[in-house]
Amino acid sequence: MLRLTAGRVGCLLSRRAVVGMTNSGARMSSHSHHEVSDQVDMSQPMYWDRLDTPLPDRAWIDVLDSKDKSLKQKEKGPWTALSKEEKIALYRLKFNHTYPEMKKPSHEWKTVIGGMFIFFGITGLVVFWQGHYVYPPQPHTFGEEWQAKQIQRMLDMRVNPIEGFSAKWDYKNKQWK
Amino acid sequence: MSLAKPAMRGLLGKRLRFHLPIAFALSVVAAAAFKYGVTEPRKQAYADFYKQYDATKEFNNMREAGIFESVRPTGK
Repeated sequence: MLRLTAGRVGCLLSRRAVVGMTNSGARMSSHSHHEVSDQVDMSQPMYWDRLDTPLPDRAWIDVLDSKDKSLKQKEKGPWTALSKEEKIALYRLKFNHTYPEMKKPSHEWKTVIGGMFIFFGITGLVVFWQGHYVYPPQPHTFGEEWQAKQIQRMLDMRVNPIEGFSAKWDYKNKQWK
Repeated sequence: MSLAKPAMRGLLGKRLRFHLPIAFALSVVAAAAFKYGVTEPRKQAYADFYKQYDATKEFNNMREAGIFESVRPTGK
């Protein structure tokens, strides 16, 4: 079975995630001419399984054996003459997956969430190292004493006395309300 | 297997007839909530503040605290 090269790239992804990726891409099946490499000939009509584009450029099974050929002949007549099994066989000739099969949930989300947390962790370590080795000393205005003097001056200036900062200070009793 | 033919037309109209009145009602509710939750209390807070406000007294308090550069605290 010929596949897109993307399907070959395993990397750190799980097998299931790789299968999930290839399922959403185009697939080759029973294609008559032989590719030299793994490349897909994009100048030929392609097949795809996509939720948003239901009718691909070509059918899933291109090369029909004699049984399929006779079924295709029968399809040219009135469809009421077809049995249920024949209709399903015709569907399976034309399409690879049904919509429920396409929509089947996978385990890919675990890979995604796991990868996210791994990178969060690495980033956390980088940030911690940075805070220790890279940052310069804090400005003197961050110190406790300075902050206290700053707050006192803001209250003296009556900063936002109606609804904001100084509104929360009880000037009579010299404490926060 | 014969299923009922699905609705082919009027889909947007149906959606709008359902969602627009709800959207309008929710917008009105949001506006009313903001008016009576935020703006009316704020107007009241300002009114209450200025009812008892003595500008000269406040100025003198600020002056004594030493925040002005044009008028020093009384004394020195």
